[in-house]
Amino acid sequence: MRGYAALIYVFLYAPILLIVVFSFNSGFSASDFKGVSFKWYAKAATNTFVIDAVVNSLIVAASSATLATVFGTMAALALQRVKGWVRTVFDGLIYVAIMVPGIVIGISTLIALVSVFGLLNTALVALIPALAGPEPPLALGFASLIAAHTLFNLALVIVIVRARIAGMDRSLIEASADLYATPWRTFRQVTLPQILPAVLAGFLLGFTFSLDDFVIAFFVAGSKTTLPIFVFSSIRRGVTPEINAIGTVVLAVSLILLFGSQLLLRRGHGRPRRA
Amino acid sequence: MTAHGAANGTADIEFIDVSKHFGAIAAVDHVDFAIARGSFMSFLGPSGCGKTTSLRLIAGFEQPTTGDVRIAGTSMVGVPAYRRPVNMVFQHYALFPHFNVADNIAYGLRQRRPRPDRAEIARQVDATLDLVRLPGFHARRVWELSGGQQQRVALARALINRPTVLLLDEPLAALDRKLRRDMQIELQNLQREVGITFVLVTHDQEEALSMSDTIAIMRDGRVIQIGSPRTLYDAPANRYVAGFVGESNFFPGEVVAADERGATLKTAAGVVLSAPYPPGGATLVGTARGVIAVRPEMVAMWVGPDDPDGAAEFSCRLGGRVHNRIYLGDQTEYSVATDQFGDVLVRAAKASALEIGPGQEVRLGWRQASGLALVDS
Repeated sequence: MRGYAALIYVFLYAPILLIVVFSFNSGFSASDFKGVSFKWYAKAATNTFVIDAVVNSLIVAASSATLATVFGTMAALALQRVKGWVRTVFDGLIYVAIMVPGIVIGISTLIALVSVFGLLNTALVALIPALAGPEPPLALGFASLIAAHTLFNLALVIVIVRARIAGMDRSLIEASADLYATPWRTFRQVTLPQILPAVLAGFLLGFTFSLDDFVIAFFVAGSKTTLPIFVFSSIRRGVTPEINAIGTVVLAVSLILLFGSQLLLRRGHGRPRRA
Repeated sequence: MTAHGAANGTADIEFIDVSKHFGAIAAVDHVDFAIARGSFMSFLGPSGCGKTTSLRLIAGFEQPTTGDVRIAGTSMVGVPAYRRPVNMVFQHYALFPHFNVADNIAYGLRQRRPRPDRAEIARQVDATLDLVRLPGFHARRVWELSGGQQQRVALARALINRPTVLLLDEPLAALDRKLRRDMQIELQNLQREVGITFVLVTHDQEEALSMSDTIAIMRDGRVIQIGSPRTLYDAPANRYVAGFVGESNFFPGEVVAADERGATLKTAAGVVLSAPYPPGGATLVGTARGVIAVRPEMVAMWVGPDDPDGAAEFSCRLGGRVHNRIYLGDQTEYSVATDQFGDVLVRAAKASALEIGPGQEVRLGWRQASGLALVDS
């Protein structure tokens, strides 16, 4: 049995390990290891296309994770007050949103955003004539990437924050109100510190998702290139050690963010909260 | 303070025909009472009787469906919890886990506007920690404290605000027996020291009896009887109260005769018993059924003939066999099986207790005047 389990792990992680190992290959071939070198990292870091894609990805990841964290936390707090079948339905719908295949989200958000942007552009130009020009104010590109990733990240944040709120002692909020704190101060002084680890974890997971997402981004990116899209289009011209280096960096960043979010969630729960 | 201010100026809390419905359920059902300023009041009853809801109505966590809740003469209907001059000690204390002891205690003061300056807050936190006998605990994390210490921090966090009324929601339920006894005495002393009205919710009759000036017995959302512990014990309004406050033997039966002073009942076994009503108790005139309650300590027990010298004073006498004996320290409680009444509880002071053990044939007797004729509900 142990050998069998080991085989599964080899199957899972050997390809990833190969990418990491060959990213340090001083030679060009992806099958022939010539020696350790960082030259492909240097090459990737000076490639303007790579830099452009990284910057785009970071902008989209930071924006969508921030928006999703703010609105997702608000939604989670509001959902906590909803009771009965309404809550069951909303909870179910949020899990569905996470389970829906990326390709479906990609197509549907593309169609939805194109029509929504069309409406909004007309309204925006009518309201603010200065926005009129050859390019509409909202077009496929950053706006659609951020919107699509925000939609998906919202579900992530809601699920994580909801779990934390559900585990929180309701009487803490009553105690705060009993001690003369207004609802806003209760939120700031009691609720937010209690759910903050989950909120930050939600942000980090959303950021990671957005950084790594190819499927949804491919549909809605328009002319913009994010890092996964760049990698995909480069591979069509053959796998180079430079791609291995980029992949290794993305892997490292993702693992660090995931590890950080798990650490936050664990610390938030590990503290003995029962009085 | 308001147009319809307190009817008498000494009531800190008044419930005027208060009802609270959750859906179809009336958790509190047409309740009226007034709690005197500076007194120690307890709500006693089984879970689901409406005592906690009553407390939450005072705190402002619930709003009454109908009726008026007044604190110090001012109507509190529509006033949120954070604007009410009351503070609560929660059942599981609800201390803020992300604050240390001093910050927990200072929480209420820090919400005041204008906010008291740091030195003033520090001085009051010191004084309150001394009051609850936790000097030097400022920097401790709340989860490092024992149950009793957390309880004191919760008390300090409430008392530092000098509320008009301190609400206590089963605050001692989570403590072990010895600690609970100590805290009961401490709470009583504290209440005298600070002179604040205390309102306690408990299902523990012993706790309510030992601490309160006044007890309200609740059932199914209604207040069954309000009175001093002594009144409730000596003059229970009905069988429910007599059963909840102390222990009693109950002999239910058909009312065969009743006047203004007492009633005579015939039990299912055909025994005819008489007893007076408790002082101020309801009469059984015109009632089909009633119950006679006899406290275990009112039942005399002896071995030998049915009517030895002096037994004539016991108008009710019967025989039985001891089948259980429990030592209660200064007293011994016997459970005696009888043909007429099933098991009868007898409590005898240690000094008078003969060497009576299980299996022994005994005689029981009590004075007619020791029983209480009560409404059977």
